[in-house]
Amino acid sequence: MLSGIGNFASHFFVTGDPMIYGADASILLVSLGILFVLTRYRKWGWLWQDWLTTVDHKKIGIMYLIAALLMFFRGGVDALLMRTQLAVPNNHFLTAEHYDQIFTTHGTIMILFMAMPLIFALFNIVVPLQIGARDVAFPYLNAVSFWLFFFGAMLFNLSFVIGGSPDAGWVSYPPLSELHFDPGPGENYYLLALQISGIGSIATGINFIATILKMRAPGMKLMQMPLFTWSALSASIVIIFAFPALTIALALLMLDRIVGTHFFTILHGGDPMMFVNLFWVWGHPEVYIVVLPSFGAISEVVATFSRKRIFGYTSMVASLLLISVISYFVWAHHFFTMGAGADVNTFFAIASMMVAIPTGVKVFNWLFTMYRGRIRLELPMYWALALIVGFLMGGATGVMLAIAPADYQYHNSYFLIAHFHQTLIGGVVFGLFAGMYYWWPKMFGFKLNHRLGVWAFWLFNIGFYVCFMPQYALGFMGMQRRMYTYPAGMGWTDLNFISTIGAYLMGLGFLFIVAQIVYSIKFGERDLTGDPWDARTLEWSLPSPAPHYNFAVLPQVTARDMWWELKQQGRTGDLRPTSEDLKPIHMPKNSGRPFIMGVSFFVAGFGFVFNWYPIAVIGLLAVVVTLITRSFEYGDEYHVPVEEIQHTEAALGRLS
Amino acid sequence: MALDHKSQPAASHGHHSPRLYIIGYISSIVLTAIAFGLALSHTMHFGPLLVVLMILAGLQIIVQLFFFMHVTESDGPPYHSIALVLGLFFTFAVAIMSVWIMSFGSQVS
Repeated sequence: MLSGIGNFASHFFVTGDPMIYGADASILLVSLGILFVLTRYRKWGWLWQDWLTTVDHKKIGIMYLIAALLMFFRGGVDALLMRTQLAVPNNHFLTAEHYDQIFTTHGTIMILFMAMPLIFALFNIVVPLQIGARDVAFPYLNAVSFWLFFFGAMLFNLSFVIGGSPDAGWVSYPPLSELHFDPGPGENYYLLALQISGIGSIATGINFIATILKMRAPGMKLMQMPLFTWSALSASIVIIFAFPALTIALALLMLDRIVGTHFFTILHGGDPMMFVNLFWVWGHPEVYIVVLPSFGAISEVVATFSRKRIFGYTSMVASLLLISVISYFVWAHHFFTMGAGADVNTFFAIASMMVAIPTGVKVFNWLFTMYRGRIRLELPMYWALALIVGFLMGGATGVMLAIAPADYQYHNSYFLIAHFHQTLIGGVVFGLFAGMYYWWPKMFGFKLNHRLGVWAFWLFNIGFYVCFMPQYALGFMGMQRRMYTYPAGMGWTDLNFISTIGAYLMGLGFLFIVAQIVYSIKFGERDLTGDPWDARTLEWSLPSPAPHYNFAVLPQVTARDMWWELKQQGRTGDLRPTSEDLKPIHMPKNSGRPFIMGVSFFVAGFGFVFNWYPIAVIGLLAVVVTLITRSFEYGDEYHVPVEEIQHTEAALGRLS
Repeated sequence: MALDHKSQPAASHGHHSPRLYIIGYISSIVLTAIAFGLALSHTMHFGPLLVVLMILAGLQIIVQLFFFMHVTESDGPPYHSIALVLGLFFTFAVAIMSVWIMSFGSQVS
């Protein structure tokens, strides 16, 4: 009996690696610490009522942001472990198996559990405020999306202490990811976690399309929307058309692994290449999903800090939409070497190169906006400028990779690794950091410390080039991705060592960002005006942070950059409510059900991961129960009384 | 929408009788069952089977759009028509190009 339990535990928990035991201990300590603090300071009620059950888009956005930064830490630690392993030849810091697991979790976490929540954080916090709305179109669904994402991410992260991490790469191609070659729960974690958070992503896409099309302030035409809102709209369009392909690919692979079908096993008439095809039908649009909001944020930042309206607004909108359409016609460039033939490769090569045109339009428009502008070098502008340089290089090497015959040389080499890190860090992370710094005062009511931020910026940026420039060269010298070690005589040693130094500099930069946040919570410059950057769009007409109903009186929009127009005309008082204007505001009620639904999905997912079907069924039944109780829920909305609005606005000194 | 439209009396949306949903639900299940039955029973040759399955899939799309998504109703600008056209465009583009890409298999083997 006892030995049975011991045997079970040694398979259930990941054992044998001192680093994992360290992680076990720290997870336990942090969890106990959180429980202790919450109980000691009687914060359970606050946590439940103010955060876990909230349907307020601003709070959901903040939770997305926190989750994204935590996942950035996790993915970053993975990256540093890999770079440590590769710093010197013949290294035994990690075993091959462990290295496989780490590059898999690094990729998956950075794309799906860091970049995605970071864009959703900005969507949630910014879009309703920018378009003069009081919440998103479906606030309850928004909370469901968040908790599905959150519990998907938790399920994925559980894998490295319980059961073992997935190890077939973030693309998880069969036949390697089939049960036969990859037994154990690791790959199931990947499939279930992505599936659960994917449902949330699709719902978010639908939510923001409806919000942007239907809930704009009176008078705001489509072509008067701020560019960040446009980027959210185009990214949402891509989300709802691209994610179903991933859902299907993962579902079929899951059936292969759990039920024993043969969609992707070639011996029984299946075709593993179809998974590759489906994965990239989603996978390529996915990278545009994360980069478009970054472009949108940069457009806002560049206009604000150049004190000019954005150059070429119409062409900016057109290029956003064009990128989102072209993104569907390029996916085969991820597998030029599959051998689909010259005609297929030519088509997809040319389509891929065409993406450079609308992207180039955007870069030139940012430059022209800055031209003869009065540029202020605040932190968001630092990151915006860094994006232009970093993304330009990533884009240019992307065009090199798009040349199908040449790609036979670069394919899956470190050249590719350097390319996509330059676009995803230089294009996505830099842009979203710019957005984070820019909108931080709006979220929390204080600015982040400039000095520490500049340190973080330079460490991260210098580290970024030191890390990835050598990798371009390594690619040309024949170093392939996903090799866990290399022999000494290849001539790769110096460049790998330099690259590792760069990675550590980036890690240091991240620590400075953490220090900056901690320091600024206490000492950061408070934003009392609501408009700390002298910005242009409607969110800055509100106090920081905005009251939960956002706008006491909905603004009338007559121009693009409405807030700037009002400031120029000295009419900012127009947006301040008078007591007679105030009417009760219709708002959604908080609900604990989205959280419970997330927990239920987590339980179901966990059951499927270990093929413990009773648990899976219990989880799914709980999901069904939450759906049914929601269907019979009436009176989930209420009116904020005029007195409360009056009181809040008066306390903010805005009642005239 | 949830906040401001609902405070006005809903004119054109909402208030469908359950009958519509039940018909839709049953017909979608029937279509799925036929497709599964045909695929499992091996009574048809591959070519004709493929055509029949495609037709069933097309019918399924129509059922979903008509009974559950109410494509025939709207207020405000016809965003849903644009979305539908875009969706069809992407669907066909992705499907046809996937067939094109994957047809290399017949040349290889």
